[in-house]
Amino acid sequence: MSTQPNMVVGQSRAARWAFNGSVLFLCLWVLVPIYLLLSNALSAPSEVTAFPKKLVPSFDTESVEFFLYFHGVGKALWSSIKVAFITMIMSILIGAPAGYALSRFDFRGKNAFRILVLMTRAFPLPLLALPMAVMFIRVGLDDTIFGLAIVHTTLALPFAVLITYSLFSGIPIELEEAAWTLGCNRVQAFIKVIFPLVLPGIAASAIFAFVVSWNEVFAAAVLTIDNRTLPAFLLQSLDDAPLHLKFAGGAVMVLPALIFIFLVRKYLFAMWGIANR
Amino acid sequence: MAEIQIKQVSKSFGKVVALHSIDLTIADQEFVVLLGASGCGKTTLLRIIAGLETATSGEVHIGGKRIDHLPPKDRGIAMVFQNYAVFPHLTVYENIAFGLRMAKLNQSEVDRRVNRTASMMHIEQLLQRYSGQLSGGQRQRVAVARALATEPEVILMDEPLSNLDALLRMEMRAELKGILAESNTTTVYVTHDQVEAMSMADRIAVMHGGDIVQAATPVEVYRNPAAHFVASFIGNPPMNFVPAKKIKDGLWSVAGAQISGPSSTKNELQFAIRPEDLTPKENGLLKAKVALVEPLGSHLLVSCNIENNLFRVILDSDSSISSGDILSLQPMEDRVRWFDPETELAV
Repeated sequence: MSTQPNMVVGQSRAARWAFNGSVLFLCLWVLVPIYLLLSNALSAPSEVTAFPKKLVPSFDTESVEFFLYFHGVGKALWSSIKVAFITMIMSILIGAPAGYALSRFDFRGKNAFRILVLMTRAFPLPLLALPMAVMFIRVGLDDTIFGLAIVHTTLALPFAVLITYSLFSGIPIELEEAAWTLGCNRVQAFIKVIFPLVLPGIAASAIFAFVVSWNEVFAAAVLTIDNRTLPAFLLQSLDDAPLHLKFAGGAVMVLPALIFIFLVRKYLFAMWGIANR
Repeated sequence: MAEIQIKQVSKSFGKVVALHSIDLTIADQEFVVLLGASGCGKTTLLRIIAGLETATSGEVHIGGKRIDHLPPKDRGIAMVFQNYAVFPHLTVYENIAFGLRMAKLNQSEVDRRVNRTASMMHIEQLLQRYSGQLSGGQRQRVAVARALATEPEVILMDEPLSNLDALLRMEMRAELKGILAESNTTTVYVTHDQVEAMSMADRIAVMHGGDIVQAATPVEVYRNPAAHFVASFIGNPPMNFVPAKKIKDGLWSVAGAQISGPSSTKNELQFAIRPEDLTPKENGLLKAKVALVEPLGSHLLVSCNIENNLFRVILDSDSSISSGDILSLQPMEDRVRWFDPETELAV
């Protein structure tokens, strides 16, 4: 969306074509792979490699069923859900207070802190994963759900902090002050006034943390063996699997993330400063 | 009983001194307005009384009890904010009931008080609405009702009318004054609007540069400003000033005229008079050259020049004057004031 001409310049036909064309291109860029993934996952195995392809899949659930009953998938799925839930809870419990502090208090090193939070995203995970694996083995956190959740929390935390920071900043301090003068202490004012107002946004950033963990594959593959999450499991098991099973696995991975992001899209837009109401 | 005593309260933000040592005593049930231009420290002082800001030094007492170490909820105050701060996730009813629920009153008492304050503020028909469905004036009413419902001993108002349009502001001003007088609370009201201050206050504390320059009744502040700042801030247009030179003790030369004034050791003072306190008269003491005439309906506002000092006069709108005329003006003797140009205080 960077080089599109402004809509105001829309009088020029060429500009409008370029704009609409780019929008179309970006939509296709995202939608075509998802379409191929879903349509192949819902085709009979023989149809996956057939040519020409049918536009509407045959809704044959054989591959998906086979995949879901494949040994270990259930366990990996369950691990994924557990890790993602713990990640979600930890990143909100740690991230939201940090976001609140950033928006409400002036303290020494506030800007440095904000930049540091972002900087954590600048380190490539592969660089950290190996030393971390060694460290985890030493403390006995290797191959545990909780250990992996800690790593995923580190990945999701910057988003949680910055998203909740902007949420809290959007709420006038006077609302809190009014609550204080009406008989609340700081905690009560937060629970009765601020929390209900930020709840939708908090839910959105929690789901975002969930998706970050759900999609993460590298740390999961390095740090776990028995407690593989679904992406790590798929990476390991589907390498040699037939094509239709890969599609089925891909669809199972993508679908929850898509649904979650779709549910909270309004808040994600709001967080990223795009007016949307 | 809720007398407010402010003792030597000062406040600095880093190196910026917002309040120098402030002393002010506000009597029980008194309506005091803190008046001043923006940045004079009036809001800071109010927030210190409320407990939203901590004084750097000094004490605040309410009803004889020292409260400056207490959190806002334990001070027996209620506050109305400039932007109303009506909770957007609660209905008007729940907004007004908020403080009552925090005080754990039973439902029938909550009901009684909400309905009473709502009818007092004429918002009974809005009780089930949310803040987003209200106009600015209605939100203002909800904010006041919410503050009154807790029946506080002290009510603090931070420019509560400044976000309303002019007509509504005038209406609310009168209404608010009546309601606050009825509710028997001690009121501290911050505004930069001198008309608001004059019309509502029992006493005005004029603030300037982190100090209270004068705290007196509206008429006293207007008639007998304690300092040059008050004289030039209050009144629209403000007081006129002309330099005066000493002729002999008690007799001063003002723009060539001899006017009897105070005895002073100083050789120079400032002669001051309000624009409406002069009458045109043949052989009047002051000669002023008219620069501009503004007919304002009820009167004429005439800007003149006396020895290169801007000098405004309010005259009857029947008088026929045009720029370039020389006006001969007689100051009303008992309305003349004198200021020391060095200390800027009244003599």
